[in-house]
Amino acid sequence: MSVTAGAHERIEVEVTVNGVPRAAEVPPRRLLSDFLRHDLRLTGTHVGCEHGVCGACTILLDGAPIRSCLAFAVSVHGRELTTVEGLAADDGTLHPVQAAFQDQHGLQCGYCTPGFVMSACGFLAETTEPDDDEIREGMSGNLCRCTGYAGILAAVKQAAGDLRASGADPRSQHQPEDDAFAGRPGGEHGPAGGDGGGEVPS
Amino acid sequence: MKPSPFAYHAPESVDETLTTLSELGEDGKVLAGGQSLIPLLNMRLAAPPALVDLARVPELDTVEVTAEHVRVPARVTHERLRTHAEATAAIPLLRQALDWVAHPVIRNRGTALGSIVHGDPAGELPALLGLLDGNVELVSTQGRREATADSFLLGPLESDVRPGELARAVVFSRPAPRTGSAFEELARRHGDYAMAGVAVTVTLDPARNVAAARAAFIGVGGTPIGVELTDALSGQAFDALEPGEAIGLARAAIDPTDDIHATASYRRHLAGVLLGRALESAARRAAEDAAAEEGTHT
Ligand SMILES: Cc1cc2nc3c(=O)[nH]c(=O)nc-3n(C[C@H](O)[C@H](O)[C@H](O)COP(=O)(O)OP(=O)(O)OC[C@H]3O[C@@H](n4cnc5c(N)ncnc54)[C@H](O)[C@@H]3O)c2cc1C
Ligand code: FES
Ligand code: FES
Repeated sequence: MSVTAGAHERIEVEVTVNGVPRAAEVPPRRLLSDFLRHDLRLTGTHVGCEHGVCGACTILLDGAPIRSCLAFAVSVHGRELTTVEGLAADDGTLHPVQAAFQDQHGLQCGYCTPGFVMSACGFLAETTEPDDDEIREGMSGNLCRCTGYAGILAAVKQAAGDLRASGADPRSQHQPEDDAFAGRPGGEHGPAGGDGGGEVPS
Repeated sequence: MKPSPFAYHAPESVDETLTTLSELGEDGKVLAGGQSLIPLLNMRLAAPPALVDLARVPELDTVEVTAEHVRVPARVTHERLRTHAEATAAIPLLRQALDWVAHPVIRNRGTALGSIVHGDPAGELPALLGLLDGNVELVSTQGRREATADSFLLGPLESDVRPGELARAVVFSRPAPRTGSAFEELARRHGDYAMAGVAVTVTLDPARNVAAARAAFIGVGGTPIGVELTDALSGQAFDALEPGEAIGLARAAIDPTDDIHATASYRRHLAGVLLGRALESAARRAAEDAAAEEGTHT
């Protein structure tokens, strides 16, 4: 159905976010990043620059990473979104990409992290055996002011190996029974934070 | 920042898009991938009264490859064209150029045609429009017209899309036999807009000497700058090119300026270095193309 709305009218936008149908009425100018954060109260997606440069707002649209600050909510009606909230298992066990960021010190303040994690999920779905140069290029669209990037690149490399071992699709929610980490040293990523390495989102 | 308010139209067919654009006239602006337009809206450098979103017009999705052309309609993203096996086999320069366009995440939404319409002086695809004898197909309720690079790319961020018009597709010509191509550029980070870049095509004669060569430079003028290099290179063996004269011609033809990333004189120097590299790869690929072609005919 075609849609027409005045500048101050509201349009019903229905999407599936992390497998759950969600809807809200929003004006045409609502950015997808703000739709997620303000209308759907999913604040895991961060906003840095709002003009496409920093990558903090990266999410998956039908499985492909995009900038949520460079799309309008009304343009993605009917489609499937994945945000950082959709990655960890229901019991809080971290997704392999999140776990790798924790293991490899791929974050400090964490502001850029949701964007890096979502970019990495999209990248690793396409490139299952990346070399170091491919990882650099795959992550080149995201900025981090804290880490100096070495830990981030190491995290993506670790995640690539872990995902190959488990065969899991990095774009879907982590299923602990697929967990290939159980036997790995220091690789316990349960909700209690087995290695004491960091906070686990609730 | 946030965009200022705009009325929103999401038509479902090209016909409906044209009717909507015609009703809106000067007020309407097409929204394709949004990867250039939305930053401008967010920064309030643009505030069009109405957007016409192509999000619901799937008839603009299909790349067509014929014996002469590759036709790329308005919704085809950079990434889809970059990974389109048939199109990139027909015109390898598409892949060579698209590898430099932005970051993967931007390429997933930005469209090839939108980048030509946007006309950034450092954009890669506008350079291909002239180099590959391309045409932009423009349609409105009044009819249809075609525009070449010279008539379409008017200046930095300025192209000849008139009120009520939709750029429906861009059509690139396939290269002549025994042609090779290359795209070279330097950006501060891979994926950022280039400080300077060059696309070249080199066509060899059956003896593997240069028969024709052309270049198009980006980032060193308000629009891509095409330079005809056939006279400077013709007759040279593909594996022993002496590009000095071609580089001299190019450095004289371009018109770089200073900005925070590089000085004009650095850009002029860089453009010449990149041209030398690109000619060498293109000539080598042309020889490979010639060998492959002879292989299929014997
Ligand atoms: C961080 C970042 C880095 C980037 N780096 C590069 C780079 O290195 N190289 C590069 O080339 N580009 C780069 N880009 C820009 C990117 O290529 C854009 O995708 C492209 O310039 C515009 O395509 P779009 O589909 O997103 O167009 P939109 O943003 O939707 O539109 C751009 C303009 O074209 C008009 N328009 C678009 N399509 C049509 C149509 N079919 N008919 C009529 N008018 C139309 C719009 O009205 C608007 O004025 C970058 C962008 C970002 C955010
Ligand atoms: S907030 Fe979207 S790219 Fe910076
Ligand atoms: S961890 Fe602070 S910006 Fe990346």
